Amino acid sequence: MLTKEQIAQRIAQELQDGYYVNLGIGIPTLVANYVPAGINVTLQSENGLLGMGPFPTESEIDADLINAGKQTVTTLSGSVFFDSATSFAMIRSGRVDLTVLGAMEVNDKGDIANWKIPGKMVKGMGGAMDLVASAQNIIVAMQHTNRSGASKLLSKLTLPVTGLGCVKKIVTNLCVIDVTPRGFELKELAPGISIDDVHNATEGNLLAEGEIPEIQF
Amino acid sequence: MNKVVKNADDAIQGIRDGMTIMLGGFGLCGIPENSISSIVKAGIKDLTCISNNAGVDDFGIGLMLQSKLVRKMISSYVGENAEFERQLLSGELEVELLPQGTLAERCRAAGAGIPAFYTPAGFGTEIAEGKETREFGEKQFIMEKAFESDFAIVKAWKGDTDGNLIYKATARNFNPMMAMAGKITIAEVEELVEPGELDPNFIHTPSIFVNRIFQGTDYEKRIEQRTIRQN
Repeated sequence: MLTKEQIAQRIAQELQDGYYVNLGIGIPTLVANYVPAGINVTLQSENGLLGMGPFPTESEIDADLINAGKQTVTTLSGSVFFDSATSFAMIRSGRVDLTVLGAMEVNDKGDIANWKIPGKMVKGMGGAMDLVASAQNIIVAMQHTNRSGASKLLSKLTLPVTGLGCVKKIVTNLCVIDVTPRGFELKELAPGISIDDVHNATEGNLLAEGEIPEIQF
Repeated sequence: MNKVVKNADDAIQGIRDGMTIMLGGFGLCGIPENSISSIVKAGIKDLTCISNNAGVDDFGIGLMLQSKLVRKMISSYVGENAEFERQLLSGELEVELLPQGTLAERCRAAGAGIPAFYTPAGFGTEIAEGKETREFGEKQFIMEKAFESDFAIVKAWKGDTDGNLIYKATARNFNPMMAMAGKITIAEVEELVEPGELDPNFIHTPSIFVNRIFQGTDYEKRIEQRTIRQN
């Protein structure tokens, strides 16, 4: 099984030089720690920052400089600030090359749910609906099952949808899956995980064809 | 015309029970702290508030919620506020959640004389219920309308007495669009200067959009997630 850090590390292998990337809250944020050597990416934070730097040192903290998770951050040389309308202009017009976000559920058509649990949790979608409606490439980072052991990879969503047919790839603690017109295609397995393990943890339509390699770091 | 008012108490004159107001800020970053305090002090109630977030329990719009001044919130993300959740689940408070980009664009449209626009965000979700949809180039969009608000209250870093504004870092966020969108726009600034002191090349909000301006005091600028790296 992969740790959260390893999920992030595997997703970081998808980064390409020159990418503009938007990272969601949680595991996606960790992807920034594993950018491969020789690859330069620019992080977009939808509250109005392109070129997000690392967390500040104690003396660098600036209350006016945060990321979309409301964490204090820093700038880099070449960073730029802008307003929220400009930020979502970048997103809707497809200029963000890769979006990584968490999910409560994904189905085998690439629909995603991650903003609301009716009667229980009402936090809102933030920028997620804009991102999933327009991003060129969306990777979901999540645990394969929820706390009670139920699959989060479904044939049909049970929670309110955030966006339709948008998820291209899923990296979980168990495996790497591509979402294709045929369903969930198993591409790589976490160390110590079998195809049967993934089948048992996946409620949606899962295809495992040929030799499935182990995830390499 | 003199746009300068003495303080927040004077700036919020004319905001009445039942009105719709926009409040700039993202989380607690770039929020009009002084004006919020004055609204709480004045006890103006039954407000509809358009703001990306609803503050935290004891700061920002959370202070207005504590005093039960808000009838409806229009926001994109309202986590981090237990009192908000309590009022929402008990039915005391109405909430309309919108995609963040849609919220921003509905402000922008209001300030740009555009009555409505199409966006792909939220198509196929419950956000689209009751809204007109239309296909452009084989992609589906939903129609969203410009907001209407009686007042917009924004926070800037520097402003001049004519009403030109400059924001700092990510405290800019929703403030520039909201500044354009209010029937009456109130700007509170950390530093109020004379016309000519701000470089015209670097002004974010042109004075024409601002009706009242004052220099705020005692900014707390509370940090929600204080994250640091060890050297």
